[in-house]
Amino acid sequence: MKNLFKITLILSLPILLFSCSNDDDAPVPVNEEEIITTVTITLTPTNGGNVVTLRSLDLDGDGPNDPVITVSGNLSAQTTYNGAVIFLNETENPAEDITEEVNEEAEEHQVFFVTSSGLQATFTYLNFDGNGDPLGTLFSVATEEASTGNLNVVLRHEPTKPNDGTLSGAGGETDVSVSFPVIIE
Amino acid sequence: MRILLAFVCVFMHMELSYSQAGKCNNILSGSILDTHDQTSLSGATIIVAGPEIAVLSDLDGKFKIQNLCDGEYTLQISHPECNTQVFKVSVYGNVSKNFKLEHHLESLNEIIVKGKAFSTKTESILENNLSEQDLERFSGNSLGDALSQLSGVSSLSTGNSIVKPMINGLHSSRVTIINNGVRMQDQEWGAEHAPNLDINSAGRITVIKGASALQYTGDAIGGIVISEPIKIPIKDTLFGKTILSTSTNGRGGSNTTSINKGFNSGWFSQLQGTIKRYGDFEAPNYILSNTASFERDAMFRFGQNKIDWGWEGYYSIFKNEVAILRASHLGGAEDQVNAINSAVPAIIEPFTYEIGLPYQEVTHQTARISVFKEFEKLGKVEIGYDFQTNRRLEFDIRRGDDAGKASVDLRLNTHNLNAGLETSIENWDFKTGAVFNYQSNFANPATGVRRLIPDYDQYKVGGYAISNWQSTNNLSVEAGLRLDHTVMDVFKYYRTSFWEARGYNDLFPEIVVEEVGNQILTNPQLDFTNVSATLGATYNWYDNWLIYANFSLASRAPNASELFSEGLHHSASRIELGDLRFESEISKKVMLTLQKKGRTTFSVNPFYNFLDHFIIIEPTGVEQTLRGNFQVWEYRQTAAEMMGIDFEFSTPILKNLKFSNNFSFVKAYERETNVPLINIPPVSFSNILTYETNKFRASLTQNYFFEQNEYPNTNFEVFIPETQTTEVVDVSTPPNAYQLWDIAFNYDFNYSKNNTIEIGFQVQNLFNTAYRNYLNRLRYYADDLGRNVIFQTKINF
Repeated sequence: MKNLFKITLILSLPILLFSCSNDDDAPVPVNEEEIITTVTITLTPTNGGNVVTLRSLDLDGDGPNDPVITVSGNLSAQTTYNGAVIFLNETENPAEDITEEVNEEAEEHQVFFVTSSGLQATFTYLNFDGNGDPLGTLFSVATEEASTGNLNVVLRHEPTKPNDGTLSGAGGETDVSVSFPVIIE
Repeated sequence: MRILLAFVCVFMHMELSYSQAGKCNNILSGSILDTHDQTSLSGATIIVAGPEIAVLSDLDGKFKIQNLCDGEYTLQISHPECNTQVFKVSVYGNVSKNFKLEHHLESLNEIIVKGKAFSTKTESILENNLSEQDLERFSGNSLGDALSQLSGVSSLSTGNSIVKPMINGLHSSRVTIINNGVRMQDQEWGAEHAPNLDINSAGRITVIKGASALQYTGDAIGGIVISEPIKIPIKDTLFGKTILSTSTNGRGGSNTTSINKGFNSGWFSQLQGTIKRYGDFEAPNYILSNTASFERDAMFRFGQNKIDWGWEGYYSIFKNEVAILRASHLGGAEDQVNAINSAVPAIIEPFTYEIGLPYQEVTHQTARISVFKEFEKLGKVEIGYDFQTNRRLEFDIRRGDDAGKASVDLRLNTHNLNAGLETSIENWDFKTGAVFNYQSNFANPATGVRRLIPDYDQYKVGGYAISNWQSTNNLSVEAGLRLDHTVMDVFKYYRTSFWEARGYNDLFPEIVVEEVGNQILTNPQLDFTNVSATLGATYNWYDNWLIYANFSLASRAPNASELFSEGLHHSASRIELGDLRFESEISKKVMLTLQKKGRTTFSVNPFYNFLDHFIIIEPTGVEQTLRGNFQVWEYRQTAAEMMGIDFEFSTPILKNLKFSNNFSFVKAYERETNVPLINIPPVSFSNILTYETNKFRASLTQNYFFEQNEYPNTNFEVFIPETQTTEVVDVSTPPNAYQLWDIAFNYDFNYSKNNTIEIGFQVQNLFNTAYRNYLNRLRYYADDLGRNVIFQTKINF
């Protein structure tokens, strides 16, 4: 009898648990907060003139769609531009400004500007972290002769700081790596 | 020689006690049998109190006592290593009775590789043993480390702390792990998810290289690992052990303690706990930064064992935090190029005990209640219910408000009810049973990272029947069949861009629930029916020679990762894509073994595995994203084949000196293209010289791993803007061959009657060899472990 009671108790346990099934509400979607869907670089010539905007937009993150690159115009030779880099998450509405977080964690970030050999332009950092090491969300670029080439803009997370200013020397993880075709005329 | 406890309950009658000076030519005869598997026990002493007659059971376990007068007698049955047991018998006329005894398994801590159904004698695959001492040698390590000592068993690891067993080249969802009767449900589909099992909780571990043990599952295409706690004897006893182990590599150690209490009445209880703490480990030339770990486990069991019935309640908790090599955490392909081309890890910091980012934190709890009863005519019935809850958190390097939040947060709850019957009729044994299973997976959206695997509910029902026929003394034949049905109810968000690119919008429009932003919510409802079977024979050819032959059919439903992966897998630095259309894998495996026992032992074990709908993952391209380029890996089903040989040999050389050798190789290919499969263990062998006396043991081990020269080409190219060059990212080429030498010394001595202390000293990787292991997923970034000196003390009490 004792055994029968024990067996019944054991058998009834799962029935009790099966009946307490979890609710059937559909799960909520996850919109990745840290995803950077948009990189916008605005170049404002220091002595007036047209603002040039470079944008790379990839709304599906690691999904199959490639980033869409737009360059609003050409740069002028022998001109200095003030540049600003903006990182946005446009899967949210209004778009989330990730540049704010990058600036707040300046010691853990650095933006790098790599030009292909054809392109004649020199980049200078205009903003720095608390230790005086470069950050790069604000920069200036001085163009030289007319030329064409690629500009690769890379955001590194937790690079070694200070570093020699090259990607290989800095290390860290690549959070953004976008390439723009640039014409200097 | 085993001591059998005679259990008379079944046979005991309350008879009037009267003595009669009547007939005195009665014969009391019968057999002494093991209560578990009905094997006969020879050499048991049966003493009849009163006339003081003593007889021994013969080689077949039979005994005969003659010239007894009618009356009530008290018999005392004894056997070495067993409790002497007393019971009463009525003798009026000739009496024939069988007595079933149970032997104590007080110090059974073995790892056994065998192809027989666990703890019964169905046997059509080979058995290998590792001694209790070897199991305790790995007290401070993991289950995967210990199992890889066996020929045919290797490890797939992610760094040195996350080690998964591979049986004949197969792992993860294809290897089933059973812990005290509970099939582990711990997100085992992940290549970087180690089994959540404390090696110190095991009293015995059995590995079955194939799917023959159908009472556990039908989908273990690679094999089954069965861990059981020690058996506590049915006598008043209190015993236990504590092992303290310290390692120079990792500058840490572990302690495990277990206390066991038994009672004459059959009550028993066991309390066991383990704690392990290590800081950063070291390769020969540098610290492996961020490889610390902290594990704590506990287990509690209690119940009653009345031999012909009993019950057990069990609870265990396993909690492990493991840091992942910092240098392995990358952005995209450009970062990978740098990491692979660099001779040393990109990030090397001073030693620390801190578990930093990235790291994993897993908590696994198991509770089980089971009851068994032997029914005279029917057999042994066992019913069990178990519940498991697994919480897996993976922490990554994040920015802003998300820093400190987990990137992966999975909760997996599983309920399982199983009922089984074991019965024997003459020389036939039968096992049959059914299992019901409900599982739910919840992926917490609060992580802010798209779910690695989706939320789902899964229901499973299965039934099996296995029979074993002892045809002659030398030949036994085994056959089994199992049927499982699985239903999955899944809620999965797909990116709209992926949903359309795959063509799912045309194939599966009916599973769409709604569109939310740039994602589509779907509700796939899948079901799988899996048939598995086994057929085999064991032939005792002559003397010590045995031949085993086995054919097994196994069938595995695809897992949640293979079906639903769809995005960047951060820890692997690649995009992984599953496929909703997958069917169950089917494996047909033939295994043959020739074994010789005796002073010199060897076994040769070739196998061939014919696989259909085998799921592999391979690179198919490169995806451009704002983060840079990532290699895309897609799952695909294909026809495959695997074949190989495991070989073991052991012989005494001089007095107390023994030489052993293990050798194994596996080859695996896609059948249509003959392209090799990825991550197949290279050919390897080990030589071991052991010197052993009563109290002292020393061993020297050489482990040699060849270079894996058959592998698929999964390389790809990436353009590096800084150097304006296109670089090849070589993720395929396996590392060079290497060999590792270990030595170990053990000495035990008694500190009081029945209590021993054992001191052990071990050096692993004696020559501090720098090497990389093809099966270590972090081999791109750093060398493997350097020398490790382990000092261990074990106290039995």
